[in-house]
Amino acid sequence: MSRTSPSTVAEATTTSAGPGAPGEVAPSGPAPRARRRTLTPGVRLALVSVVVVVASACFLLLFIRGGFEFVIERRATMLGAMVVAAFTQGVATVLFHTVTNNRILTPSIMGFDSLYTLMQTLMVVVFGGEVLARTEGLPKVIAQTLLMVAFATLLYRWLFSGRFGNLYVLLLVGVVFGMAFSSVSTFLQRLLSPTDYDLLSTRLFGRMSNVDADYLPFAAVVCVAVGVVVWRRRFRLDALTLGRDTATNLGIDHQRELTIMLMLVALLISMSTALVGPMTFFGFVVATLAYRVTGSHKHQFVLPMAFLLGLATLVVGQFVLQHVFYAAGLLTVIIEFVGGIVFLFLLLRKGAL
Amino acid sequence: MIEFADVTKDYLDQRVLGPVSGTIAEGGITSLVGPNGAGKSTLLTIMGRLLQPTSGDVSVAGLDVRSTRSDVLAKKLSILRQENHFTARLTVRDLVGFGRFPYSKGRLGPEDHVRIDEAIAFLNLEEFQGRFLDELSGGQKQRAYVAMVLAQDTDYVLLDEPLNNLDMKHSVLMMRQLRRAADELGKTIVLIIHDINFAAAYSDRIVALRDGRIAAAGTVEEIMQDDVLSTIFDTPCTVHHVGGHPTAVYHR
Repeated sequence: MSRTSPSTVAEATTTSAGPGAPGEVAPSGPAPRARRRTLTPGVRLALVSVVVVVASACFLLLFIRGGFEFVIERRATMLGAMVVAAFTQGVATVLFHTVTNNRILTPSIMGFDSLYTLMQTLMVVVFGGEVLARTEGLPKVIAQTLLMVAFATLLYRWLFSGRFGNLYVLLLVGVVFGMAFSSVSTFLQRLLSPTDYDLLSTRLFGRMSNVDADYLPFAAVVCVAVGVVVWRRRFRLDALTLGRDTATNLGIDHQRELTIMLMLVALLISMSTALVGPMTFFGFVVATLAYRVTGSHKHQFVLPMAFLLGLATLVVGQFVLQHVFYAAGLLTVIIEFVGGIVFLFLLLRKGAL
Repeated sequence: MIEFADVTKDYLDQRVLGPVSGTIAEGGITSLVGPNGAGKSTLLTIMGRLLQPTSGDVSVAGLDVRSTRSDVLAKKLSILRQENHFTARLTVRDLVGFGRFPYSKGRLGPEDHVRIDEAIAFLNLEEFQGRFLDELSGGQKQRAYVAMVLAQDTDYVLLDEPLNNLDMKHSVLMMRQLRRAADELGKTIVLIIHDINFAAAYSDRIVALRDGRIAAAGTVEEIMQDDVLSTIFDTPCTVHHVGGHPTAVYHR
């Protein structure tokens, strides 16, 4: 997946270290001294869009064996799941990075993936393995999403009541919660019968290839709604990048924006987790790439770029795995593997959060 | 005028500031001086609404800092803290442009670009405006931050140690530029400064803090006295007049 064309764009831009183009507002006055030619963020977005469209067309239409309609329908559902996963993970991670003012920690560190795992495990422990199969459905997804957002809201309310007033404490509590949830899950999983455990484990990795088409309209509506809210706040997000004090100085109600954004992140991540399973490092990889590829700090470019790069990664990765390696189910495993390595690499290189 | 009444700040049981009361007069430069841990930054950040006081009230130009909406206040008062590091890679012009956020809400218009150009010119940053902040020296960066605050075009400007990281030459330049901002643009500037002689040379008034209380406040001449300085800094100081300017000698 690291061979997708976006990542080659990334290398090209990082090595050229261009001025990143001053955005759509050309400076009046004397122009900054000439630099090596670079593409404007708009052009870069267009290029990545072309890659996404071509990749999606290939994914949908090439190598069809068997009934045309059946295959197209199945692949379209998968593509829909990828769109949702790329949007939720990409946007949520960028938002999270912006409001926490770091580019290393990911939303999953707040314990969402582990909460999902715990809920699934608890269901198997309490009701037995067959229940999982019988309770699939839209109400379950909505219930899970609401439960996770509620959990996040309670946690943030409590933490931001002024008791700590410190983001690092919040993050630390997130890590501890996550560890607690996964420890409990691991403990409970030991108590399961091998059959139940087998049923459970198929649910604990991303299920891009067997998403139910019935969920997708619900997911799409949520994505569009969140997208509208975020887009209207794109300039405020730019100012939030400067950190709490500078943003406050510029007239932003930081506490309010922070709460809103963390709620949106909670909504996106929980929906994504409930839909395609936990993905710890996918959002991180996509956001990290987006910062390098976009050539602008502006969220109006970074956010669409994160979404498009995520989609390109998923579609190209799935296509290659399906038709070259015949290992269609492994996509998320590979993304997590590569993503984890990139994460460790950047963490070690920066030496600090 | 900035007024603060009975302002205190506690961390758990530890009182770091106050109660302090006082006013900072309209116009000119007021310097906050004092030893480390005297509460200078705490007072400044409370005035700039970046920190909630444990008790007490602060008002800037008649607006209560706690209850006034942050975006209204942002057109009256700007504050620059000592430590500034941003996760995004910004050019000088991007950064200065953020100073227009209270007016433009992110969409820079022609008026905003005029103000940005002015602020950049005021701090002699024209040749650096297309450069990224991480390509600048400490002094250039410091000037870029101050340019952002000036682009915000507020009557009141609060600066926490603007001379931090600046060498002799750039310290003098920065103080001259701030003096010009006060004299030519009519701004009320409050700054924290460590070098008492810099404070004496460029300020109109000095407020001295010690152990979380205001130890002395007044004109430069009133503060630059042997006994006053020796008490504030807990170090024997003698004030000499060098070229007509009061200069404290405390190195031995």
